[in-house]
Amino acid sequence: MKRITTPLTDEIVKDLKAGDSVLISGIIYTGRDLAHKRLVDAINNNQPLPVDLKGQIIYYVGPAPAKPGYPIGPAGPTTSERMDPYTPTLLAYGMKGMIGKGNRSPEVIEALKKYIGVYFAAVGGAAALIAKRIKKAEVVAYDDLGPEAIMRLEVEDFPVVVVNDCYGNDLYEEGMKQYRRL
Amino acid sequence: MREIKYQDIVDTVARLCVEANCIIGEDIVEAFRKALQIEESPTGREILKQLIENTEIAKKEMIPACQDTGTAVVFVELGSGVRITDGELFDAINKGVAKGYTEGYLRKSIVADPLRRKNTGDNTPAVIHVEIVSGDRLKITVAPKGGGSENMSEVKMLTPAHGWEGIKNFVVDRVLRSKANPCPPILVGVGIGGNFEKVAYLAKKALLREIGSVHPDPFYAEKEKELLEEINKTGIGPQGFGGRITALAVFIETYPCHIASMPVAVNINCHAARHKTAVL
Repeated sequence: MKRITTPLTDEIVKDLKAGDSVLISGIIYTGRDLAHKRLVDAINNNQPLPVDLKGQIIYYVGPAPAKPGYPIGPAGPTTSERMDPYTPTLLAYGMKGMIGKGNRSPEVIEALKKYIGVYFAAVGGAAALIAKRIKKAEVVAYDDLGPEAIMRLEVEDFPVVVVNDCYGNDLYEEGMKQYRRL
Repeated sequence: MREIKYQDIVDTVARLCVEANCIIGEDIVEAFRKALQIEESPTGREILKQLIENTEIAKKEMIPACQDTGTAVVFVELGSGVRITDGELFDAINKGVAKGYTEGYLRKSIVADPLRRKNTGDNTPAVIHVEIVSGDRLKITVAPKGGGSENMSEVKMLTPAHGWEGIKNFVVDRVLRSKANPCPPILVGVGIGGNFEKVAYLAKKALLREIGSVHPDPFYAEKEKELLEEINKTGIGPQGFGGRITALAVFIETYPCHIASMPVAVNINCHAARHKTAVL
């Protein structure tokens, strides 16, 4: 089990290999489909981003509503492939990591190598457990998007697994091959 | 005629929505524990441990096990001797869904139109299936269904010449193409027979069975076992990270069909297989 703290540097990313179990602490940002579109539009138009994503991690999540007294509702990962078209631009900008579930496109895997980034998976469906590792949550941008607004999360020992590292390895491909008996 | 009050249906559906999302069935938790004994992948075992802990937290704090609290799918068995007073059945169910999802802090995931995509704000309307049965009881099952696994489901119109091999290849291929997306370990509902629309319903209904239950027809009990073994040879494993346990169960539902047809449907469910039943 490796422990890392955000923001991420090239050195931290280079030390992560596909298959590693990792606990993340620090600040991470949420973002899904619509927020990604706006971020990439801003970068393409040379406009400032509402949050500085350099060295940061984006978590693909649409939490359930928080019960009174809770910082956030259950918050497991959503399917990552919907964000694939936007990801290379964000990695080129300086974003270092993503948390989601499911396979990424060849373009994203290539961009992880080129810009030294990492793709983690959190456990899909373990939303109640994951929410326990989120200590604070606040909307910091695009609040007009409602559940798709960008939130700043303070996390402690947030459990993930490295799927795609900066060396081109892919845990989904390799793991399946290792245990395949068909 | 036996009378059942509209408001009793509303309150029952609301309660079932919350309980189904927060209290994962003991059969699923037991299946996680058994899988933990079999799984060879260390990462896979770690995932299974997290899933067990997740169900414990959800139940203790009455918060949803998964943030995708789903489309509210409601199965109703309406006794022909039942009369509902003060309102209509479908209205009562939808009012119950709205109440359950709002008061229970469940996520509202339904848009009013598939292309214009405005959220309805209370997770209605439900998808409701009604069967008229004999007797004077009303049986309601709420089965919330997540989007990630539903997207990996498919209907195929096979013909008799495809035989069992054709069915088996289709089911295993569907699981292989789904990879990590439906949040494995999965449950696989398989409908065989009927016609185009009936077979999808059969596959969904199959998912209501308890893990560990044996198909009443020994022929299909054997087929379920065979499919489960094949699926668990894919190596997809918990969360798609590689491993022995890709599926926890395969359930088959069948129906008579046309001499020219052999429809097959695969409805994939994530490990958060949620359903709760009440009888009024």
